[in-house]
Amino acid sequence: MLEIDSLYVAYHGQEILMDISISIRPGEILAVVGPNGVGKSTLIRAISGVHPLRSGRVRVAGMDLSSLTTLQRSRYLAVVPQDRLLPAAFTVWQTVLLGRTPYLGWLGRVTEADKKIIQRAMQMTYTTSLANRRLGELSGGEQQRVLLARALAQDAPILLLDEPTTHLDLQHESGLLNLVRSLVQEKKLALLMVLHDLNLAGLYADRIALLADGRLHSVGEPFQVLTEENLSSVYHVPVHIIPHPDYGTPLVLPDGRVASGEFMTPPALSWQGFELGAKEIQ
Amino acid sequence: MLTSQRAYLYNLLFLLGVFVLSVSIGAIYIPPGTLLRLLLDQLPGLDIESNWPAAFASILFKIRLPHAAIITLTGAALAGSGAAYQGLFRNPLADPYLIGVASGAGLGAVLGMAISWPNDLLGLFRIPAMAFLGAILTVLLVYNLARVARSVPTTTLILAGVAVSSFATSMTSFLMLRSTEELRRALGWLLGGGAMSGWEPVWAMLPYILIGLTILVLSGHALNVLQFGEEQAQQLGLSMEITKLVLVLAASLSTAAAVAFTGIIGFVGLVVPHVIRIFWGPDYRHLIPLSILGGGSALLLADLLARVVLAPQVLPVGIVTALVGAPFFLWVLRQAKSVAFW
Repeated sequence: MLEIDSLYVAYHGQEILMDISISIRPGEILAVVGPNGVGKSTLIRAISGVHPLRSGRVRVAGMDLSSLTTLQRSRYLAVVPQDRLLPAAFTVWQTVLLGRTPYLGWLGRVTEADKKIIQRAMQMTYTTSLANRRLGELSGGEQQRVLLARALAQDAPILLLDEPTTHLDLQHESGLLNLVRSLVQEKKLALLMVLHDLNLAGLYADRIALLADGRLHSVGEPFQVLTEENLSSVYHVPVHIIPHPDYGTPLVLPDGRVASGEFMTPPALSWQGFELGAKEIQ
Repeated sequence: MLTSQRAYLYNLLFLLGVFVLSVSIGAIYIPPGTLLRLLLDQLPGLDIESNWPAAFASILFKIRLPHAAIITLTGAALAGSGAAYQGLFRNPLADPYLIGVASGAGLGAVLGMAISWPNDLLGLFRIPAMAFLGAILTVLLVYNLARVARSVPTTTLILAGVAVSSFATSMTSFLMLRSTEELRRALGWLLGGGAMSGWEPVWAMLPYILIGLTILVLSGHALNVLQFGEEQAQQLGLSMEITKLVLVLAASLSTAAAVAFTGIIGFVGLVVPHVIRIFWGPDYRHLIPLSILGGGSALLLADLLARVVLAPQVLPVGIVTALVGAPFFLWVLRQAKSVAFW
């Protein structure tokens, strides 16, 4: 459904993403993980067309995205963004309605069919009761569900989620990801989500793409990617992997005691760290 | 009745009320009842007993009505374009005056007058066209000066607006001071000192304002999408190039037409959309048309004040709007930190 083919992205002349190739099938969840600043959000911005590609191709249902207009693209790809710029006074209904923009035309004339789709999207995300509330009054979890409803109203076969669980507590975290998972299965969506939390990625994703230094370090099923070897080398912290007691998915335990002595020392303060930094530069 | 329908009803009734007041109050008072009969008398086939002074008809039809019409159109244009600029820049302090578009339009208009003084309707049509050119150039300049990465922060927007506006105003003054007698007459006009009189300016500004405001009214949905930022707007399928172009052209056209005939009047474009937003919410599909109605009422009220406070002397209406608007501006500036209703 979504094919990313040797993608290169630069920001202010500096290469952020290099040679990224990933593909996602309908009904599949792919989690993108990696250290801070590795370009995970840039990947979503590049795929959704708001950041230009240096080279490479993104194809949706066999079509090259760069050949589509902004409007056409929005019918294939819906995004739940991370840095959420939300006008506080807008109501939930007004917000979810904007998901129909690809079909409404300039005048934004909403038909009965559009209203049904909006209502359905709100039912699926449990936001119906929030319809008349203002965005500014909602909790982080509620806002996240509203943005998910807006993305669903867009009726696109591909969904991109950028760190959907930031600012959510344990209950809302799993609530949202369970919801996302059931939506993906029900609507056969191809879903790419950037996740910070490796354990959540292991639990909810069908496949995981691990980014390191702007490159695709490894991609595959959770157990193939979330290995002690991979994670220690990418995050510079020794880790243990144990199976989830109920699901058997990989759980990542950072080895805190070793990390505090050997890996967490600021590089500028020790010769050891300096050498580590120098190696990285080479 | 839906909230939005009630909003339109109230605003229309208010506009109608203020319009009647504006037409009847002046050096000679024409009671509203007489107004109605004067109007009915114009209809063919109706025989109304004329028990009013003969001068009433010419005061009403030659002075008061065209004056009220031009004030209404100007207020509508300034408030409508103010709301659109606020939405476009996603900044609560964007106003045709504060961001310098009005001064740019003023410079364009004066240049137009300097080339040749408008003596006929065709000449009158040329002034707003030149003002339009000035407005477009200013808004592009201010936008590019004020932009920081992907947003337009208040500080840079106001700074760029003030700088460009001062420059345009100085150029305008320079042109006026070293040119003919006629242009010097225009100085009072430019400072928001009373509109040109008679029906010609009304007909000359009407097409520009109709086109500009119609486009803005139809762009409500696009402005709503834009409130979520340019990235989200693009991901929702809105082409930024087209959207910005349409909005800038339409808002600048409305501003330019208003400035070309009534001079530079500040703060209407700031105050009115905010009041509407507080009462009826942020949805641009209603905010734009309601601001247009409210802008007409607000400027009519300001104009009425300007005419009666020191009667028989008439104040420039720009002084009244600034006296009310500047404190309001400071209040919004403080409120902007807690953007609850924005």
